[in-house]
Amino acid sequence: MSGDHSSAAIAERVRHVEALLEERGLLDDGEIDRRIDEFLAGGSPANGARITAHAWVDADFRERLLADANAAIRELGLSMAGGLQEQRLKVVANTASEHHVVVCTLCSCYPIALLGPSPAWYKSEAYRSRVVRDPRGVLREFGLELPADTRITVWDASAESRYMVVPRRPEGTEGMSEAELAGLVTRKGLIGTAAV
Amino acid sequence: MSRINDVGGMIGFPDIVEEPDEPAFHADWEAHVLALNAALIRRGVYNLDEFRDAIERMPPASYLSASYYEKWFTAITTLLAEKGVATPEELAGA
Repeated sequence: MSGDHSSAAIAERVRHVEALLEERGLLDDGEIDRRIDEFLAGGSPANGARITAHAWVDADFRERLLADANAAIRELGLSMAGGLQEQRLKVVANTASEHHVVVCTLCSCYPIALLGPSPAWYKSEAYRSRVVRDPRGVLREFGLELPADTRITVWDASAESRYMVVPRRPEGTEGMSEAELAGLVTRKGLIGTAAV
Repeated sequence: MSRINDVGGMIGFPDIVEEPDEPAFHADWEAHVLALNAALIRRGVYNLDEFRDAIERMPPASYLSASYYEKWFTAITTLLAEKGVATPEELAGA
């Protein structure tokens, strides 16, 4: 993509606007690179995985997490305040009878601090439009076939509110350490488009 | 009244496509657009709600044909012009 004609044209326009803003004192030398680095260092699915594993092994933490996620993740040294504004976080947990999945129908709201940069499919009109109409069908396309009697709840994120899913702890993991458990958790599991 | 970004429940969009090993950005300019927006909001040139609004009021045909970060760049240049930072001609390099 970076080599095609339209991408080259917009890259040139972006460079032009950057130069204009530097000239007008609205952009410091080196600021763009610094902010890109900050963004990329600002979040990772490893954070969401760590929260999940801790909730699996500590029932009291799980309860606090579901009641007030912003406060609970601070116990693990994490925060939703790293972006442009502090975001309210609600964490929902899958059970044998209920599955949760997250979307932002209006655009792309997402807990970047806990999941890292969002995948393109999450931001696509295709996902945003369909997951609220036919969540079961969309999850099936992602390879997640849920029993017909599993209730599915779709959470629509907004400018002020972000959501994260705690997947179900897989069976046969009783002997695993918390770090090993965290290693099982994927970004899609934390969005709700995978089992774990 | 809803605007074109309010796509929840609409039908007719193409299939959901998952990209294996997807990078955070597909081209350098996308990362630059993200950083540029953060810089302008931090400086108070505009705020986050104004930025969202500028994306959401794009003409529907433009909104639907633009990529994610193309929408962002459109919103940035719209707001820079509206806030009087630069004229549309200056922003376009004319």
